[in-house]
Amino acid sequence: MSSMVAQRDVFGDTMVELCARDPRVVLLDGDLANSTKSDKLATARPDRFFMMGIAEQNLAGVAAGMATVGLKPWIASFAAFIATRDLDQIRVVIAQPKLNVRLAAHYSGILTGYTGKTHQVVNDIAIMRSFPNMVVVAPCDGPEARAAMLALNDYDGPVYLRLTRDPLPVVTPQDQQFELGRGLLLRDGTDIALVCTGAQTLRALEAADVLAGDGISARVLHLPTIKPLDEAAIVDAAKATRCVLTCEEHSIFGGLGGAVAEVLGRRRPTRMDMLGLRDVDGESGPNDALINKYGLSAAHVAQRARDLLEAR
Amino acid sequence: MNVDIQDAGRLQHLGNDIRRHTLRAVHHAGAGHIGGVLSAADMFAALYFSELRIDPQRPRWEDRDRFVLSKGHCAIGLYVTLAIRGFFPIAELDTFDAIDSRLQGHPDMTKLPGLDMSTGSLGQGLSPGVGMALGARVLGKDFRTWVMLGDGEIQEGQIWEAAFTGARYQLGNLTAILDWNHLQQYGWATDEGYAKSARRDPVESPAAKWEAFGWRVIECDGHDVADFLEACAAARATREWPTLILAHTIKGKGVSFMENDFSWHSKPLSDADLARALAEIDAADNARRSARTEAT
Repeated sequence: MSSMVAQRDVFGDTMVELCARDPRVVLLDGDLANSTKSDKLATARPDRFFMMGIAEQNLAGVAAGMATVGLKPWIASFAAFIATRDLDQIRVVIAQPKLNVRLAAHYSGILTGYTGKTHQVVNDIAIMRSFPNMVVVAPCDGPEARAAMLALNDYDGPVYLRLTRDPLPVVTPQDQQFELGRGLLLRDGTDIALVCTGAQTLRALEAADVLAGDGISARVLHLPTIKPLDEAAIVDAAKATRCVLTCEEHSIFGGLGGAVAEVLGRRRPTRMDMLGLRDVDGESGPNDALINKYGLSAAHVAQRARDLLEAR
Repeated sequence: MNVDIQDAGRLQHLGNDIRRHTLRAVHHAGAGHIGGVLSAADMFAALYFSELRIDPQRPRWEDRDRFVLSKGHCAIGLYVTLAIRGFFPIAELDTFDAIDSRLQGHPDMTKLPGLDMSTGSLGQGLSPGVGMALGARVLGKDFRTWVMLGDGEIQEGQIWEAAFTGARYQLGNLTAILDWNHLQQYGWATDEGYAKSARRDPVESPAAKWEAFGWRVIECDGHDVADFLEACAAARATREWPTLILAHTIKGKGVSFMENDFSWHSKPLSDADLARALAEIDAADNARRSARTEAT
C-alpha cells in the first residue's frame, strides 16, 4: 500500500507554497483553521491569513471584494457551509460577476469525523455545477489536490474545490499535472466503465481489482473536474465498454452521475447506473461503518457493476 | 472642510439633475425604483462630483476609490450619476432595463465599467466593501471604499457580520453611508394597520446599533450636500475605525406626492406623474437659484 496523505494537510502546505510564489494570494478562514489545516498558513504567513469569524455569508462577500481589487482569495470552510450557508452570496457576488474566488470545500462527503448530517452535504456538486461560471473540481488524493490547487490558482474565475478530511492512499502518478476539464484514465477495461470522482475513485479502483478476480474487465475513468466535464473521455469510455457505472460520495441526484447521464443521453445513449447516496443524508459514525451503510464500499461498487452487467 | 457655497449650489443642482434623469428613465422603461433614488440623489452628486477619487476615462484605475451600491435596486440613480459624470453617454440611459442593455435592473459589474460590485440581493454590499478595504491594506494602496446602504436592507444579518468584521480589522479606509429614509418596500404597519399608508421605521436607533458594533457614527442631513461632504471629510480623517455616515433623508425627496410614501418605492410613472414631478423639481431649482442671487 502506498503512503497515506490527507487532502487537508496538502491544502495547508500548498497554501503556504502559493503565498510564497504569488503575492496576490490570500486565505480567508471561517474559524475552522485547525480543521482545514489553514493554520499552517496562519502561522507561516499571518499577513496573508484572514480569520473572518463564524460568519460564512460575510466570508464569501469579503473574498469577492478582495478579488475585485486584484487579489486571489481562497476561502476555507466546510463543504456543508460553503455550499449551502452562503449560497446566495456565492451566486450574486462570486459566480455571477465571475470573480477569482476559490472555494476550498473541506470535509466533503460523509467522512467528516463524527460530526453527522449537519456537517455533511450530499448535494454540493449538484448545487455548484448548476451555477453559470462555476468550475467544480474534486481530486481523489493528496498529490492531485496539490496539482489542482497550483493549476487553479491561475484560473480566471470562480472555483469550487471539493476536498476530504482523512488520509487517503495515493493513486495518481507522481508529478501528474492537473489540467482543468481533463479526465484521467486510471485503468483500461472493456466490460464496464467505472466513472468516478473525488475519494470515491479510490474505492472504484479497489472494486476494479475485485472485478478482475471475477474475470470482469473494468475501466476506471477518474474525473477530477466535474465542470467543465471531459465529455470526450466519457463517450470513449462508453464506446470501449458495455455499460457505465458512475461512483461518487454524493447524492445520485444531479452530481457526477447526473452530469455523465446528460452527456451520454445526448451523445451516446448507454446502459448505466449511478452509485452514491440514494436520497438520504449521512450521520455520524466510523468511516468504515458509514461507507458500508451508505453503499459506497468497493464491495458495493463491484456488486453494482455485476448487477449492471447482468441486467437486460 | 467647508464646501464652497457656489460649489454646494452646483452639487445641489446636480442632485436634481439626477432626479430628473432618473424619473425620465423610469418613465421610459415603464419600471424602476424611484423613492430610494430620490432620497440618495444629493449624496450621489456629492460623492461622484466631489468626494470620490475617480476618473471617468479610467473606470478600472487600480487606485480609484471604490463605491458599492448595496441598495442595488437604486441602480438607475447610480447609472444616471455615472452618465452625467462622463462614464458613458447620457443617451444610453434610454436603454435602462432593455434587452442587451449594460444598464441592468440591478448593477452588473460584468457589463458596465464604473460599477465596482454587482449588487441587488439586499444586505450583501458591505461585505465586499470590507474585502476591498482589507485588500487595499494588503496591497499597500490608499484608495478608500464607500458603501451605500438602505435602511431596510440592514435588517439582513449579513450586514452585521460585515459590521463586526470591519470593526475587528479596524478598517479606517471604509465608510458606509446609511440612507435613512425611514421606509422600505412594504414595511410594518403602525397601530393604524396595513390598509393605511403610514409605516414604522425600518430600523430603530441605528446610531446606537452601529456604535455598539464598533463603528464611528457621524450624522448628517443627506439632502444638504455641504453637511454630507463634511461628514465624508470627517470619515476620511478617521484612521482607526470604520465610519458610518447616518444620513437623514426623505424617501421620494423633491416630489411632493412621492415623499414619505412607501408605494413610490417602485412604481411606473404616468405621463402626468412625470410632468408634475419634473415641474416641482425645476421650481425648487429656480427658487434656490434666485435665493442665492439675492444673497450675493
